[in-house]
Amino acid sequence: MTAQPLPEHPDFLWRNPEPRTSYDVVIVGAGGHGLATAYYLAKNHGITNVAVLEKGWLAGGNMARNTTIIRSNYLWDESAAIYEHALKLWEGLPEELDYDFLFSQRGVLNLAHTLQDVREGVRRVNANRLNGVDAQWLDPDEVAEVCPILNVSPHTRYPVLGGTFQPRAGIAKHDHVAWALARRADEMGVDLIQGCEVTGFLKDGDRVVGVETNRGRILAGRIGLAAAGHSSVLAERAGVRLPVQSHPLQALVSELHEPVHPTVVMSNHVHVYVSQAHKGELVMGAGVDSYNGYGQRGSFHVIEQQMAAAVELFPVFARAHVLRTWGGIVDVTPDASPIIGTTPVENLYVNCGWGTGGFKATPAAGWTFAHTIATGEPHPLNAPFALERFTTGALIDEHGAAAVAH
Amino acid sequence: MLLITCPWCGPRDETEYHYGGQAHVPYPETPADLTDGQWAEYVFYRDNPKGPFAERWVHSTGCRRWFNVLRDTATHEVLTSYRIDEPRPELPHAGGNR
Repeated sequence: MTAQPLPEHPDFLWRNPEPRTSYDVVIVGAGGHGLATAYYLAKNHGITNVAVLEKGWLAGGNMARNTTIIRSNYLWDESAAIYEHALKLWEGLPEELDYDFLFSQRGVLNLAHTLQDVREGVRRVNANRLNGVDAQWLDPDEVAEVCPILNVSPHTRYPVLGGTFQPRAGIAKHDHVAWALARRADEMGVDLIQGCEVTGFLKDGDRVVGVETNRGRILAGRIGLAAAGHSSVLAERAGVRLPVQSHPLQALVSELHEPVHPTVVMSNHVHVYVSQAHKGELVMGAGVDSYNGYGQRGSFHVIEQQMAAAVELFPVFARAHVLRTWGGIVDVTPDASPIIGTTPVENLYVNCGWGTGGFKATPAAGWTFAHTIATGEPHPLNAPFALERFTTGALIDEHGAAAVAH
Repeated sequence: MLLITCPWCGPRDETEYHYGGQAHVPYPETPADLTDGQWAEYVFYRDNPKGPFAERWVHSTGCRRWFNVLRDTATHEVLTSYRIDEPRPELPHAGGNR
């Protein structure tokens, strides 16, 4: 393996227009999901009189803070369907968007360290195969063949007993994904408006008809919220209560190293996930900080624990240094599955609750959210992810089932 | 790392505690009369303010007692802590969930 050169830093890829006084659709949040929604509104539904409002800068929230892992090996049918749709879209997007954002299908290993992990993994492999998702169960020797730097010795505290492997999974360069979507959306007429914070909603009875922003009032036929960690703060301004809790989620990178890590490794039990970015830094993450927080930072003991896990799994990392740690704000639902659909307020739609797993879903979130906004009805892929499931009880419980703890 | 004051043991590192989410969520008085929507509210919906938040913590490696903390979720600053049999203290500038 050799380090892959990054594409040239791009020229300006979109206009920075002044907001107009009205749009057919206003999307709140220009992260990956907001940009993908705008892209598919234009491409799939021909709706181009669209503004994406962003209080900060484009793709500067969780889109700039995730660990870029893409996979679809989820347990439940509803989850496998939407994440596999995303993965299939990822496979075509570099060509479709004419932008090489370094989508690298290097596979993902989900390690098992206990008998329960093994049973869960084997069950998930079988469930994945029934859903048309590529999945294999590997014994420890096969795990070592896929990732030679992993310590699969039986003498560690939590020995590797095997693992699931999804060869089509991988990573992508997150910033470039956002820029690729932004460029195409802009070309089709979408206004991407940065530095524009939504401070309130205009209502006519039970209907939203526009937003108040720090750059003036903007009328909108339909409004879609794609604000990740700030979804409940935003929805509350529209009088909608969401069953989400916002938590810090931390990640870190090392300094640059020669390519040593050929795949993505996730371990639920010792709890870390690790890949090596194209440039050479080791990228690691784990679970959320337990408390609610909007501070985009967390507590250091969480970082310490994930590094301890990483060194246990990869002895070769023991002398690597942490270069940078950071935190994002993730909105977690009671069943660890997202909410994509309608709200009690007419013409107001919400895409939120992706918790720790939103990046991988970017194209499918955009695809289904655009469909929901354009038609007023959910796409079959996001119908199960409606807000109403918390009243009906039809939860999609991915806590612990999704191959990662949240 | 947060520095949290247990009302019984004094200030200790966050790692001695576990989090319990929003405080002051009473069990429904007449559970048999609740609609599905009201049950959903009780089971799944919690406040998620950006700002002061009254929340439960348990001193797992100390006295093992539950207590409440008023903490600002925007700055992560611990404003005060109090016993579960005490009402939420009134602090100037502290809005948030009630």
